[in-house]
Amino acid sequence: MRAVENALGITIPDNARLIRNLITGIQYVQDHTIHFYHLHGLDWVDIVSALKADPAKTSALAQSISDWHNSSTVYFKGVQDKLKSFVAGGQLGLYANGYWGHPAYKLPPEANLMAVAHYLEALDWQKDVIRMHAILGSKNPHAQTYLVGGMAAALNPNNEMTINAHSIAKMQQMANTAKEFVEKVYVPDLLAIASFYKEWAGYGAGVGNFLAYGEFPKDDISNTDNLFLPRGIILGKNLGKVYPVDQAKITEYVTHSWYEYKEGNNASKNPFEGVTDYKYTGPKPPFEFLDTEKKYSWVKSPRYDNHPMEVGPLARMLVAYASGHPRVKEVVGMVLKKLAVGPEALFSTLGRTAARGIETLVVAEMLPVWIGQLAGNMKKGDLRIHDNSKWEPSSWPKEAKGYGFHEAPRGALCHWVRIKDGKVENYQCVVPSTWNASPRDAKDQRGPYEQALLGTPVAIPDQPLEILRTVHSFDPCMACAVHITDANRRELLKIKIV
Amino acid sequence: MGKANEGTIYDSLRKRGVSRRDFMKFCSLMAATLALPSGAGRIAEALEKAKKPSLVWLEFQDCAGNTESFLRASDPTVVQIVLDILSVDYHETIMAPAGKQAEKSLDDVVKNQKGKYLVVVEGSIPLKDGGVYCTVGGKAAIDTVKEVCGGALATIAIGACAWDGGIPAANPNPTGAVGVKDAVKGITLINLPGCPANVVNLTATVVHYLTFGSLPLTDSMGRPLFAYGTRIHDGCERRAHYDAGRFVRQWGDYGHQNGWCLYEMGCKGPETYKNCPAVRWNQGTSWPVEAGHGCIGCAAPRFWDTMSPFYRRLPKVPGFGVETTADDVGIGVAAATAAAVAAHGIIRAVKHKTEEEREEK
Repeated sequence: MRAVENALGITIPDNARLIRNLITGIQYVQDHTIHFYHLHGLDWVDIVSALKADPAKTSALAQSISDWHNSSTVYFKGVQDKLKSFVAGGQLGLYANGYWGHPAYKLPPEANLMAVAHYLEALDWQKDVIRMHAILGSKNPHAQTYLVGGMAAALNPNNEMTINAHSIAKMQQMANTAKEFVEKVYVPDLLAIASFYKEWAGYGAGVGNFLAYGEFPKDDISNTDNLFLPRGIILGKNLGKVYPVDQAKITEYVTHSWYEYKEGNNASKNPFEGVTDYKYTGPKPPFEFLDTEKKYSWVKSPRYDNHPMEVGPLARMLVAYASGHPRVKEVVGMVLKKLAVGPEALFSTLGRTAARGIETLVVAEMLPVWIGQLAGNMKKGDLRIHDNSKWEPSSWPKEAKGYGFHEAPRGALCHWVRIKDGKVENYQCVVPSTWNASPRDAKDQRGPYEQALLGTPVAIPDQPLEILRTVHSFDPCMACAVHITDANRRELLKIKIV
Repeated sequence: MGKANEGTIYDSLRKRGVSRRDFMKFCSLMAATLALPSGAGRIAEALEKAKKPSLVWLEFQDCAGNTESFLRASDPTVVQIVLDILSVDYHETIMAPAGKQAEKSLDDVVKNQKGKYLVVVEGSIPLKDGGVYCTVGGKAAIDTVKEVCGGALATIAIGACAWDGGIPAANPNPTGAVGVKDAVKGITLINLPGCPANVVNLTATVVHYLTFGSLPLTDSMGRPLFAYGTRIHDGCERRAHYDAGRFVRQWGDYGHQNGWCLYEMGCKGPETYKNCPAVRWNQGTSWPVEAGHGCIGCAAPRFWDTMSPFYRRLPKVPGFGVETTADDVGIGVAAATAAAVAAHGIIRAVKHKTEEEREEK
């Protein structure tokens, strides 16, 4: 959509900009929280240990880190009783065969019980706050409202079928509920849990190069210096210098990917000239191994100026921090101080997980602001949501090309489009997990996941909880497989990370 | 509540602090979704007796959109579903174990509960080139789906992709993607198309099974009648504007600002059968047409190919309230798709269900 708008030179109305910011913003807050508790949390939290907790001590712990209302001894006793009855039922469902009792779990039982309680609360909370997507965009998931040129959410304070004062009030309520949970539950839990796992600031560093396209335009998106989360590049972990982003420097290799370029395996292509001709050369299923000396992935290898780049909340927070973003600097400073670590700790598995929480807070704080601005425009009588001037393909030039940047919760995403005679001639996407999960390129440089796993200690080879921690810290949009071998390259096991 | 209820779904809910009142509220909502007059009592009675059935959730060529939809469940919530109502034994996105431990969870169900477990399939299954385009743990999706669905009590294909291949199967279908109905034959299958499916209809299907001991009655395409029996156009809150000839002609115009009909902006409501206007989305908050955007027909057969361009109005439907013409379009499409599906042998499932219903009576 932004790619087509870029190609056709469309400027969307201010209300459409605000609605997009809100839909993306609440998505960050909801998605990051789900990631922390439900997709990544059990890498750090041992549910079984929570059964042994003293609810009174859990209550004292919870009250020492937050004034969240669900914190009494009775409350935590209730959660523990539910957990006990669930376990006693003998049907462990999603939690069967977990790594419970693994020595890499470091939280005391009380912290585990607190985290389990919040795991359950967050599951209930997320479905309520994401209703903002339904109000602005019809439903979640898969909001149905995005248009080239604007949005389909009609504004009219004097109609019951449109965004009116009641919709604004409901959204403010959801924004406040979202923000309160992040402030009082997510961020305090993150800090409490991280304080038991500080050694993870020493693992999982990855490639040390970071790319953020930036997001949440403060005015027209073509003004790329005026994004709430800034655009930029950091190379070699150097926070002293933020480089500008030039899409022309982005190329993709297929050296180890199941695609073909007619120029050969060592060629790389900018997505405007991108080709996605698949050719599978791997083993016939069922198989145990992929030969990583050959092609071994469906993911291409995007590189920026030939550097592998990490994208995601850590990249965005580092670029914002290094660019002097006041609120990001303040929250990062608070987190580093509470954990008593320096900025270098950010380049790690722990840093990646912490950055996601920092970003959630910073974005949650903006939701009420954007809702207020939308209401302010409506108050002035500005109800525009769409620029109709290029809606009909007959109004387009014979040929056009454009690219559209977006920061998805998982990281930098860009689409490139070439249009000819009113139709798409070529469309290429480079999405966040393509950057992070990329296989090696023609120069044999590893992608971020692969690089981050080097040096990760694994206490029990057939229960590689530590591997999950680092891969999950990227919030992968895919399942992937890691094979653990000993020094003689004998395979000890294969682990599929989901 | 006596000992007889111990270990049942209601018992489990009660122990988790769900009040009798909330429990009955949930039963009433389910009865309403399933359109059962005075059904709440019967649902409550059944849930008080049922043990937790196992459910495994498989993902193939998918975006996890239906998984996300599942997480939005409200009555009951996803917490209640995974802790109290079902034993969700395998779900790659949200389960605790990974790798071999995760595969063990799936193997345990398939081996130990043959013929007793439910399967939800999300995503399409590629058949081309020996299934190399989707493998999980080195195993082709088609092999997993045959094994796991083949041993199940029933399979629920959730979302457009698991139904008829969805977006991976859209022209030119590079990986030979198909839905469950074309991947494995001879299984008991319920289809819940949509992009994604609305979780309300998943919960209602499961509750129907727990309550009545059978799967809901389906149409000729294997879709439950309670969810796919009514045309969007007929339940649409903008219908009066259609009949009166009041149409939105540009995004943000006077008509759009006043809730007029979206037909001219490409709405596919006249051709789509789904209960969106009745149950809405996200705890009844809204749905596409309410939010100002037409229906894209995501529950219709092969909708990426048949319903696009999404922003072009349906052909041969004159604009001004020619009611019968729009109805004809709906009927025509339904008849054509029914014929196409009958050729695939899906009609069998309906007959089977109908007979079951008859026997019960």
